[in-house]
Amino acid sequence: MSKRSWAVLAAVAAGLMLPAAGVSKNTGGTLNMIAWEGYTQPQWVTPFQKQSGCTVHAKYAGSSDEMVTLMRSGGGGQYDLVSASGDASLRLIYGGDVQAIDPTKIPDYKNFLKTFQSPPNNTVGGKHYGVSLQWGPNTLLYNTKKVSPAPTSWGALYDSKYKGEVTVPDNPIQIADAALYLMKTKPSLGIKDPYELNQTQFDAAISLLRGQKSLIKKYWALASDEIDLFKNGDAVIGASWPYQTNTLIAAGAPVKDVVPSEGATGWLDTWMVSKKTKNLACAYKWLSWISTPKVQAEQAIYFGETPVNKYACAEMDKLELGSCAKYHADAAESYFKNIYFWKTPIADCGNGKKDCLDYTKWQQAWTALKG
Amino acid sequence: MAAGLDSPQGLNGRGRGARRRIGGALYRRPWLRGLSLLAPPVAAFTAVYVAALAVLFVSAFWGVDPFAGTLIRHFSFDNFRTLWDASVYHTIALRTIGIAAAVTLTDALVAFPIAYFMARVAKPRSRSILFVMVLLPLWSSYLVRVYAWRLILNKEGVLNWVLHGFGLPAANIAYSNTAVWIVFSYVWLPFMIVPIYAALERIPHSYLEASRDLGARGSRTFRSIVLPLALPGVVAGSIFTFSLTLGDYITPKLVGGSSSDFIGNVVFDSVGVSNNVPFAAAYATVPLLVMGVYLVLAKRSGAFEAL
Amino acid sequence: METRTTRVTLGIFTGLVIAFLWIPILLIVLYAFNSSNVQSWPIAGLTTKWFSPAIHDPAFQDAMVLSLKAGALATGIALVLGSMAAFGVHRFRFFGRESVSFLFVLPIALPGIITGMALNSVFVFWHVNFGLWTVVVGHATFCVVTVYNNVLARLRRTPTSLVEASMDLGADGFQTFRYVTFPAISTALISGALLAFALSFDEVIVTTFTAGAQNTLPLWIFGNIRLGQTLPEVNAVVVLVLAVTIIPVVLAQRLTRESGLLRTE
Repeated sequence: MSKRSWAVLAAVAAGLMLPAAGVSKNTGGTLNMIAWEGYTQPQWVTPFQKQSGCTVHAKYAGSSDEMVTLMRSGGGGQYDLVSASGDASLRLIYGGDVQAIDPTKIPDYKNFLKTFQSPPNNTVGGKHYGVSLQWGPNTLLYNTKKVSPAPTSWGALYDSKYKGEVTVPDNPIQIADAALYLMKTKPSLGIKDPYELNQTQFDAAISLLRGQKSLIKKYWALASDEIDLFKNGDAVIGASWPYQTNTLIAAGAPVKDVVPSEGATGWLDTWMVSKKTKNLACAYKWLSWISTPKVQAEQAIYFGETPVNKYACAEMDKLELGSCAKYHADAAESYFKNIYFWKTPIADCGNGKKDCLDYTKWQQAWTALKG
Repeated sequence: MAAGLDSPQGLNGRGRGARRRIGGALYRRPWLRGLSLLAPPVAAFTAVYVAALAVLFVSAFWGVDPFAGTLIRHFSFDNFRTLWDASVYHTIALRTIGIAAAVTLTDALVAFPIAYFMARVAKPRSRSILFVMVLLPLWSSYLVRVYAWRLILNKEGVLNWVLHGFGLPAANIAYSNTAVWIVFSYVWLPFMIVPIYAALERIPHSYLEASRDLGARGSRTFRSIVLPLALPGVVAGSIFTFSLTLGDYITPKLVGGSSSDFIGNVVFDSVGVSNNVPFAAAYATVPLLVMGVYLVLAKRSGAFEAL
Repeated sequence: METRTTRVTLGIFTGLVIAFLWIPILLIVLYAFNSSNVQSWPIAGLTTKWFSPAIHDPAFQDAMVLSLKAGALATGIALVLGSMAAFGVHRFRFFGRESVSFLFVLPIALPGIITGMALNSVFVFWHVNFGLWTVVVGHATFCVVTVYNNVLARLRRTPTSLVEASMDLGADGFQTFRYVTFPAISTALISGALLAFALSFDEVIVTTFTAGAQNTLPLWIFGNIRLGQTLPEVNAVVVLVLAVTIIPVVLAQRLTRESGLLRTE
């Protein structure tokens, strides 16, 4: 090899190593988190690291199910915190993966809206397994130019009028959306709670979804899937989050969303602490930080969801005028009667018979449905 | 690289003597040299990779406690029975293998002419440029390239825009298995071009001259000389395109439609979703067996030499 | 043997294939300047506003550093193990020699999801903490073969008479290696290493199963695609990576004459 080639090789090698220098290290400890993309933005993570001395590493998970698996990987203890949604939190609690926390150590806890202080998806037997963070409804999104009259019922998603132009989330918990629709339109099935279904009720929901399958363009897995589908004309109606709606409107797409007359399912995320965390002090610092009105507002606006801290409303309007009302952060308690928050389906649904279908069954049915 | 073997200059006489003796001993006993060189990589590979594979496939016969998510180390065929009984897993396996085969065939047909052009027609300078053009796409993120295809195939995307410009009807192939096939063929194409190129380039010119001297026309030379000698390259490339498609789950997720799940998606969901590694392992035996058969056939055709 | 028509047809076809390979990449470059964070055709407007925040994003910087480290380490391991194995196999005939080749080809011939899952189970079993080193081990498994194949192919082309001549002239084994064998295989090492690094740098599937709380660059990209909030930033990063890699790829191409994807000769 000639001298010149050596020089080239050395230059390439040096170029490769260069960025390795200049990485900052904090001394207060490290928090490894499993988070939804957008939940650990530099906007509020950087000041946290400065103020607390704790370093944050975030791993993004694609689904609630992935979060549960990651929390358990390596026998647990790889991760300190997880931003679990309601369809994961009970599994983590019953699986013994997360620990109960003391809400009195979180100064802002008392400022949470009542609904979110002890919700059933993170509070079991009076013990709090983490703090509620943000919530949002699953809305009905439609293209205002292609869909008329404006839909008012989830029935629009099962209507063959929009064949090949419908999109719904690729998530087993979507079965609850079908169950919610049946709960309101077919009272004879006797569905009381869309997450507590016995075999008959479950089969009815699945057959409704099977009929829907021929109408579906794509089961969206990423929020950006649905944004692309609507922006580029491939879908005109679908189940969505407020995030997609706002992004699409900002990009000039003719869309609108609505919480239909049947009500809606919704998600409520909770920061939970691993049972095996080695850095509980930092974890509490994070829980406190993420509950403060300003951080709550920043995250709400970044992600397009609604904070649980009632003082976040004013901060939101400071960041973006009118955003508080847009995301219903000022909603009265009565508003939540219409929202059925995600929770993990378990066999025991309180009637003493344990005849409900648990989440494993939901997952299997979903895989078979998509096939 | 190999720094340990490149001893510093200016060793004293005794050091040199010892070095010479060791060197001589090793040269005279090639088996000793072979063993000392082969043992570390083979041992490392066996200890980490082969052992991992073995454990994984033993676990295909285990189960998982549905409530606590812990492994039950009890031998049973339950996972395989589930796979056999539920028709959905047959559909998905056939779809995966079918699309992988279609992608491989497409890539072979597209890659052969360009590899031929590069190896036997292009001048050295344009050959270098072509090589860089073929290889450079591999350096731009696979994910982003797949994602870019959505912009092309969308209902109001680039493809339909071009078709409209020519007054042709719109193609409605976004979010479908057709889209999956196109995008897979796209991303793995360089992995097919290069081995075919390498095989074609190795064909000695004298063979072609001999063929011509013996009176064969171009097409006959191509069929009787070029094609058989290039075949190992095609097979080598097909190992990549076939196996890469077989084990992928991201492209179907990004560009697939309402029934585009691959084996990889089910495996990934079984691990990621239900933490059911045994079931995932059981289903992963399907691509493993398919690739096993494929590799044995490939080995017969001498493709390993061309990999 | 080709007629003129054949040559021209082949040339046109080659041009079309190159266009097919590059159109998506040109779109990626174009949409790095998209003023909207939603991709649609035609482009909403042009701006350069995404480049600066992309470079200054600490999450991106961390991911880039991790990817470079993992790529360099995996390539290093591949160089050592791959060339050792190639030398071993080259001059040493033994029963099961073919199996050694088979063994090293396996990680690249078996679907990535199998490699990923298998390694993941082993790491979990031994309670290894996921992080840089688990990523490196995962990548090294499929990088070894690139070096192995390149070096082995080159050794087969290098006449043994050269080595014997060196020995006859009084050089010892190490001198022969330093002055005869190593120069002969050096370009094979470069193309093998370059490919190993490229494979590692862009790997997603195995990495998904072997990474811990820190993201490699592809995992960072996947995270950003998921929400699509700052999609053009991802494109900007890809454009920058492409711009930086053109130089080593072209240089290696010059250096090795024909830079091999897997094997150059």
